[in-house]
Amino acid sequence: MADVIKKATRESYGEALAELSSEYPDLIVLDADLAAATKTGIFKKACPERFFDCGIAEANMMGVAAGIASTGKKVFASSFAMFAAGRAFEIVRNSIGYPHLNVKIGATHAGISVGEDGATHQCNEDIALMRTIPGMTIINPADDVEAKAAVKAALDFEGPVYMRFGRLAVPVFNDKETYKFELGKGVQLRDGNDVAIIATGLMVNEALKAAETLAAEGINARVINIHTIKPLDKDIICKAACETGVIVTAEEHSVIGGLGSAVAETVTECCPVPVVKVGVNDVFGHSGPAADLLKEFGLCAENIVAKVKEAVKLKK
Amino acid sequence: MDQTLKKQLQITACKVRMGIIEGVFNAKSGHPGGSLSIADTLTYLYFHKMHVDPKSPKMADRDRLVLSKGHTAPALYSVLAQRGFFEVDELKTLRKIGSRLQGHPDMKHIPGVDMSTGSLGQGISAACGMALSGKISSAGYKVYAVLGDGEIEEGQVWEAAMFAAHNKLDNLVAVVDNNGLQIDGKITEVCSPMPITDKFEAFGWHVITMNAHDFDDIERAFDEAEKINGQPVVIVQKSVKGKGVSFMEDQVGWHGSAPNAEQYEQAMSELKAQLEKLEG
Repeated sequence: MADVIKKATRESYGEALAELSSEYPDLIVLDADLAAATKTGIFKKACPERFFDCGIAEANMMGVAAGIASTGKKVFASSFAMFAAGRAFEIVRNSIGYPHLNVKIGATHAGISVGEDGATHQCNEDIALMRTIPGMTIINPADDVEAKAAVKAALDFEGPVYMRFGRLAVPVFNDKETYKFELGKGVQLRDGNDVAIIATGLMVNEALKAAETLAAEGINARVINIHTIKPLDKDIICKAACETGVIVTAEEHSVIGGLGSAVAETVTECCPVPVVKVGVNDVFGHSGPAADLLKEFGLCAENIVAKVKEAVKLKK
Repeated sequence: MDQTLKKQLQITACKVRMGIIEGVFNAKSGHPGGSLSIADTLTYLYFHKMHVDPKSPKMADRDRLVLSKGHTAPALYSVLAQRGFFEVDELKTLRKIGSRLQGHPDMKHIPGVDMSTGSLGQGISAACGMALSGKISSAGYKVYAVLGDGEIEEGQVWEAAMFAAHNKLDNLVAVVDNNGLQIDGKITEVCSPMPITDKFEAFGWHVITMNAHDFDDIERAFDEAEKINGQPVVIVQKSVKGKGVSFMEDQVGWHGSAPNAEQYEQAMSELKAQLEKLEG
């Protein structure tokens, strides 16, 4: 078996910004003293004249991004998810969301896989927060290939976009040569009619692994990657609900307000089936190596397999 | 200042004040006190200083104004209406269902509004972004941001103050409307932001003080602001909350309440008398 290439989507983010810098000459990138960590530092190195460090002041950074966008330039504002979506929430709502300004928010270090920094920096609430803002697009890419394509798609899209990236290096499973990113469209990665596993971010690869294990045990799982959490691809979700009769969602985020909630809200309207959620179960995280934390909090293929086995018993 | 211009500005400011009262009275809610205190400054900016075109409100090289103290939208709307961005009669629709004139400025729908504001402390950051963008493109436009003296209690204002000085945004002029009153009382008694001038100076701004109700002094202040290079400018204007309506002047109660029919009549007759005197 060939070695699996691993890469953190924050790296993909920084590289994509730098790679796209000449194609988008009016692109401005802002950061809040985390350029080395969010990887916007890669863009800074390529285009120092278009990079501005706002210091440790995320509220102001979001407002500055709004002002820049109002003049017609493209702008990315970057920080950790905790501060971009959490600390600056109200500025994102009122100064970016309400006027529907063309600001892209590059939020890295999302979820529990932040690791050793612990609970204060492990943001498991950002998707929930951003989902409540009318007109906000939310993208949570699953690997390097998808992350890079998503950055370009966000730049070509007019309107506010929240992009979620991770700190941990994760397997690259999409094929760079053939991958096409379609904003708002779910991707069916595996066919199956016994259960649908709907995953996002780093949990997509875990869902694929889980499906392999389940297949060996005679359960054929459909696997769907939802990279765009808002607007949600309701068609692919409702179709999966109707054709499989039970759904397991998987996300590195709280079970409150994230992908699992969005999927459950959707199927109750089109095709009510049981929805079992794999996510952070309304608890704070703690310090530790990311890989260990993912296992401890059940954000892994093994737990998806266990949840699927429970879920299929709920089928009518 | 040229005497004819001064007279004209005084007349316009008086009409702007009438529009404020008209709007707030019809809405049966709103913020007349801080709207009246900023009326002269906004009149000066939109009728003399700023490069704007009511026929082309989104013109790329226009000067921009962010009403960071967004609750005083009645003043901005009244000035924009007088300047021809929309009909003066529309002021009567303020805060009503179906009206473009939202309780706080909405840039998506109101011609001439450069930024949606209302949540205090946020507008100044957006103004910084506009000014930075202008610098990046070597565009010649100026950005004005109008803040309340209570508003500067918001921490975000000082994040923005740091950012503007660090990036040498000399195309940015902030105005702090120092009328001394906020909802809960005197700013010095609620949670004092004083001394305002020293704070901005310490943050690296060029500080100018101004009498907010004297057009000669207003012109002096903005002319001085224009000459400053390499740092942002703040004009701390000493103003009277409720200026122009006798019973509203310096009264904290008029921060956010509308006049009743009797009070409306009195306010309008006072302003009409001032207008007649000016038009003499």
